[in-house]
Amino acid sequence: MNLDPGLLWQFDFLIIPMVIICAVAALTFRDLITSAVVFGAYSFFMCLLWTEMLAVDVAFTEAAVGAGVSTVLFLGTALHIKRRAKD
Amino acid sequence: MKLVSLLVTLLLGALLLTAAADFPSWGDPHSPASLHVSDYYIENSLEQTAVPNFVTSILADYRGYDTMFETTVIFCAGLTVLTLLRRSHRKEKKVVTPRPNREDQDLILTSAARMIAPMMQIFALYVVAHGHHSPGGGFQGGVILGASFILLALSYDLQTVLGRLKERVALIMSGIGVAIYAGIGAGCLLLGGNFLDYGVWSKVLGVFGVTPVTARSHGMLGVEIGVAITVMYIMFSLYADLSSGGEMDEGL
Repeated sequence: MNLDPGLLWQFDFLIIPMVIICAVAALTFRDLITSAVVFGAYSFFMCLLWTEMLAVDVAFTEAAVGAGVSTVLFLGTALHIKRRAKD
Repeated sequence: MKLVSLLVTLLLGALLLTAAADFPSWGDPHSPASLHVSDYYIENSLEQTAVPNFVTSILADYRGYDTMFETTVIFCAGLTVLTLLRRSHRKEKKVVTPRPNREDQDLILTSAARMIAPMMQIFALYVVAHGHHSPGGGFQGGVILGASFILLALSYDLQTVLGRLKERVALIMSGIGVAIYAGIGAGCLLLGGNFLDYGVWSKVLGVFGVTPVTARSHGMLGVEIGVAITVMYIMFSLYADLSSGGEMDEGL
């Protein structure tokens, strides 16, 4: 791999705060559908983080499963249960 | 109570951050985790398996037993959701008819989904077949294949897709996917090798010029196809169960 990971550390300043913001936001929102979408965004930023660490296989799985299918499954479930969390 | 839990969380977080400072630096080749077998795989996996992407060769060959049971776990998860949620209408004789003229079935949405779905499926097949050389493999390809059906079910309705992809077929096929994986492994036993030791398949495939090394590559491809079949059908059946609450009628 001739890509120097040393050149990519600047992305950390963008990606890691977004990961933390999305993780906290997904827990804070009372509306489960908003939570599900924000959780999808969290997965997407984790996918960027994996890519930045050159773990492309993991990033691919995160993008397909985390940001893609599991968001849809969460949405499908959230529409059938009580939409607002109590706490 | 909230204050106490906040304090505990902050303390734990501080402890973890202090501990993280002692970790070996990122990408350090002398870190304890990379000292035992990593070098062996990096140096030998291309010669031994003829697969350039050694993530694939470790997952599907050296650690094939783990991956087989990961596939089984996904299969069991699909079965669990089905047993918990599925409600049969056989006794109630409720007739579910597809709704061809649904008002909220948007023309732009359905036409876009019609065009995107085949592209997704072709890309998924590429991901499965090209997993030896580039990132990807059976699991990711299977998820994308399943997602293409989920996209159709979202933009049309569930009945339209269930008419093309029967629930019974989906269940049987997801079992067949696991059986393909286990069958390739068991075939190695019959040919006198160890379980999932694909090299011995060259005894059968040798007539096509397959050497023991390339037989491992082909064995991995077969295994990936099995994984993709299971994951695809389980992902779709998960969506169908969850989105319709087990009724299999309208979906979202």
